[in-house]
Amino acid sequence: MDVLGRYRNLIVLVGVLFAQVLGLAVQVRRTTDSEPTRLIRVWAVGAVTPLEKALVWTQTSSRNIWHNYFYLRGVRAENRSLKAQIERMSLEQVRISQDADQARRLQALLAFKEQFISQTMAAQVIGSSGSELSRSVYIDKGESDGIKPDMAVITADGIVGKVLRVYGSTALVLLIDDQTSGVGAILDKARLQGILRGTPSGEVMLEKVMSDETVPAGELVLTSGGDGIFPKGLLVGRVTKVSQGSELFLNIRVRPAADLSRLEEVLVVTKTDERQAEPDHAGTARAIDILAERLPTVPPKPENAEKGAVPGTVAPGAVSPTTVAPTKVAPTNVAPTTVAPTTTGSPTKPKAAPPAASASSGAPAARKTESSVSSPGAGSGTSTGTPASATGTAAAKASTKPVKAAVQPQPKPQPAGQDSPH
Amino acid sequence: MAITYTSGEQVEVYRFSLPATILIPLIAVFIQAWLPLRFHFFTIFDLPLLVVIGFATARRNPLAGLVTGGLIGILQDALTHQPIGLYGISKTVVGFGASSLGIKLDVENIGARFLLTIFFYVVHEVVYFMIARGLVGLRMAWSWPHELLSGVANALLGVLVFMLLDRVKQRT
Repeated sequence: MDVLGRYRNLIVLVGVLFAQVLGLAVQVRRTTDSEPTRLIRVWAVGAVTPLEKALVWTQTSSRNIWHNYFYLRGVRAENRSLKAQIERMSLEQVRISQDADQARRLQALLAFKEQFISQTMAAQVIGSSGSELSRSVYIDKGESDGIKPDMAVITADGIVGKVLRVYGSTALVLLIDDQTSGVGAILDKARLQGILRGTPSGEVMLEKVMSDETVPAGELVLTSGGDGIFPKGLLVGRVTKVSQGSELFLNIRVRPAADLSRLEEVLVVTKTDERQAEPDHAGTARAIDILAERLPTVPPKPENAEKGAVPGTVAPGAVSPTTVAPTKVAPTNVAPTTVAPTTTGSPTKPKAAPPAASASSGAPAARKTESSVSSPGAGSGTSTGTPASATGTAAAKASTKPVKAAVQPQPKPQPAGQDSPH
Repeated sequence: MAITYTSGEQVEVYRFSLPATILIPLIAVFIQAWLPLRFHFFTIFDLPLLVVIGFATARRNPLAGLVTGGLIGILQDALTHQPIGLYGISKTVVGFGASSLGIKLDVENIGARFLLTIFFYVVHEVVYFMIARGLVGLRMAWSWPHELLSGVANALLGVLVFMLLDRVKQRT
């Protein structure tokens, strides 16, 4: 008994340590999803996160009051600058929209399936794990908001991590620089795939890229979609250093695009759709309309033009661009530089362009060629630009688009500074 | 600055009120979780560890020290995504060690507190490293310069934390 009394403290210490080691071993060995420590975590998170939420709310509110009601210096200048930016971006959108439409057509041809982010939820970062070995943050959205484990978390700059644990009104997000995280990634230009992992020191490395490959510093890294969490094509970061690693692989250090040490607001991807790409005609039409607003309209067709139309010629405005003779249209309607490629017909253009395609899309000449490619059986183009062929007339009749849309074709819309001289 | 040896009769034992016992560790864990979001460098500090050392040296009761250390460690573990017990075991050892040493040393002295904090910070990191690597299988790299530098930084903060704790402790 004396011995027990004398070494009581030590015995208790050993007992407590033994119990904790045992508990740790059970957690490490456990491979199922059920968490034996769930209750402890819920209590701890429940004790700490309300304070964090309150503090973040106070901080955000006071900052909003200051910025939205008191500190309005430079707002007018900023407003002007933003308006100019919107103008520039509208034009840029036209170009990008056409490129996207082109990509969609090609994807449709290949029966290509891709993931789209269809729904996101904004969340505020309220706290971290507080440990260098657990690079994770807490957000103020949880189970009650529809957050589920394994949802992707992103910012406007790039990906952030994934939801690891979900509690009532908060969730734990594992950052991509944690050593236990793994993200399927692909190099933008080299198209080499690898796995993105964090290191104990907080760096992000792209692993499993063979050492005989060439990877330049500065190359962008995107998500590959292979992990089933992040949709394909999201920005991850940029390669900063490449060195020969051990074994057969390169050591590729990546700098995350999102600043993981200063996260304030994030987006949780709550829904992704996987669907086959389809040409987006509506989007194209809108883009065209934006551009059309900036171009002069074609004068309305004269009453007697149709009556007096000579066989072999076409009155301007009554035809689809595929059949317009340049000599008849160019002087009155559009600049020769923009119309010429359309009206003379490219060698790949089919002789009989499907009227529906031209009518529904109102697409410019460049895409008209693509749409004809997408129609099996259309055959290779043999148009020689013969004025007013019979098919051209048929196309003109089938076309329900207004004149403006019919003569809109532009090979490529130019940026603001390179607009058409009209 | 010297660590002086004190006899058992000279040792003063303190206690903390129940609100202080509950709220101080909670606030420490909260600050540890919240501040690194705004000031990333704060991750080198381990505020809950400083509270464990502060409580243990003031109470001078090894059992109270190990229980306090274990509970604060488990609370800290619960906020991470790692298995629960990594910080729990490390802080249990530190709590027990600090309170045992507190009986034998004069820990009212700033110099003693400074050195004691560096020592227990390194002990904490060694225990954590061994468990994380050996039992959990985490990839970890040990760097003496980093640990010592962090130890000094924690000791400097520790001196301030102990001064704050001195204000709430009560003589038994």
